[in-house]
Amino acid sequence: MALGDDALVLSHRLGEWAGNAPVLEEDVALANIALDLLGQARTLLSLVGDEDELAYLREERAFRNVQLVEQPNGDFAHTIARQLYFSVYQQLLYGRLAAEDGPLAPLAAKAVKEVAYHRDHAEHWTLRLGDGTPESHERMQRALDALWRYTGELFEPVDGLPVDWTALHDGWLTAVTGVVEQATLTLPGGPQSGAWTAGAGRQGIHTEPFGRMLAEMQHLHRSHPGASW
Amino acid sequence: MTTTAPEAGRLEAVFDAAVAADERIEPRDWMPDAYRATLVRQIAQHAHSEIIGMQPEANWITRAPSLRRKAILMAKVQDEAGHGLYLYSAAETLGTSRDELLDKLHSGRQRYSSIFNYPTLTWADVGAIGWLVDGAAITNQVPLCRCSYGPYARAMVRICKEESFHQRQGYELLLALSRGTEAQHAMAQDAVNRWWWPSLMMFGPPDDESSHSAQSMAWKIKRHSNDELRQRFVDICVPQAASLGLTLPDPDLRWNEERGHHDFGPIDWDEFHEVLRGNGPCNDQRISRRRQAHEEGAWVREAAAAYAAKHGEAKA
Repeated sequence: MALGDDALVLSHRLGEWAGNAPVLEEDVALANIALDLLGQARTLLSLVGDEDELAYLREERAFRNVQLVEQPNGDFAHTIARQLYFSVYQQLLYGRLAAEDGPLAPLAAKAVKEVAYHRDHAEHWTLRLGDGTPESHERMQRALDALWRYTGELFEPVDGLPVDWTALHDGWLTAVTGVVEQATLTLPGGPQSGAWTAGAGRQGIHTEPFGRMLAEMQHLHRSHPGASW
Repeated sequence: MTTTAPEAGRLEAVFDAAVAADERIEPRDWMPDAYRATLVRQIAQHAHSEIIGMQPEANWITRAPSLRRKAILMAKVQDEAGHGLYLYSAAETLGTSRDELLDKLHSGRQRYSSIFNYPTLTWADVGAIGWLVDGAAITNQVPLCRCSYGPYARAMVRICKEESFHQRQGYELLLALSRGTEAQHAMAQDAVNRWWWPSLMMFGPPDDESSHSAQSMAWKIKRHSNDELRQRFVDICVPQAASLGLTLPDPDLRWNEERGHHDFGPIDWDEFHEVLRGNGPCNDQRISRRRQAHEEGAWVREAAAAYAAKHGEAKA
């Protein structure tokens, strides 16, 4: 359910970009990523129960997504930084789950291909923005810095997932550092710095913008109890 | 490039013969300046409509009432961006550029379909847009698959396939509401009441007031008159409304045995002209939002161009 919530919430945030992207190609790309994630969310939530009941009838405290994915879109750099941190994580995680013999292996094997594209997209934009103009460089750096504190939580063990979280973290840090440095940017702090604050999204403790996001997402469904759509 | 008078006459004769023989005109063929200008105007307006048309539907993505419907709606809005891309490419074969066309959209020198100046007030509007607005668009666009200009005709083949899929999804959404709770049924009926007349206006002014029609038909850009297509659309919608269990908001709508068509009531052309003049419910909102997305994205496009220049990458 934690992974399903991650995908559901990030998909929703990306959906907010529809019609607002800097170029038409990005309207297509962001919607494409949002759709992939929504597909993953539907599969994952359906393993636990009814997808719509889980998405529309749980309150904030019952959601298990990491705080990173619920962060508002901000500017394009902010969205790309969030996507970079998350897609690298998701690709490494799904790669491991696909290799295991667990119940999530078939899903992970399918999703890992989609996620490779998301990661590639985020990496390319990190390079273009980081190594583009002075303004884009500054915005990209600011975005990496602002979201850094939400990355620690990604590596908190999730119940039932047979993953070596320390190794996952090391792989993630190496990959993200590589892209960020190639983009002429600096990775903030590092795991030892005080800025590395693990959130508690997996325990249902979220940030303030999340409640508003859910209010918008759930309003119509909740207004017509029992209706089918 | 100067062309001598006899040469110009010969080129024109070749063009006319190709059009008469239902051959396709291709980007490198000679064509009359007015033919080129008409096509740029029409294709650009069509592309702009896809782009502006994302807004009324995107308005409901974050509130879609089920994950299945949310996925369908996201895919649809993504398709619309894709249609915009094909159509801008088709227009570019005529010697213009996407940037130039977007400038004209943003400064109000080129139009988009009047329908997108109406607001989406409830979830059922998403269904009404699919059924009626996409339905009207398909009725208009299917004949364009045989349009005399090759790149436009080929873009339309691909677009029409996706549009008819959207139209079926819209119909199915309304059907689910119509057969749902009382409140859902009322929501569906209300949406159809608000979107019916604006959809009929999508076919453009009546034939006796349509300034471009005669020339476009002679050039085989258009194949049928506005009124013919509008009549065809009404005849298609009446039985569909009945099977949806919804009514169309026109007391004069009835089958005319003699004509073999449905008669329908008068269209409020004053409203149509007001919307075209920029005074519809959402004209300002739609264009401001588009300009804002473009302006706020400027630094991103500049970054991509600067990066491409440094690294010899193709422009993003």
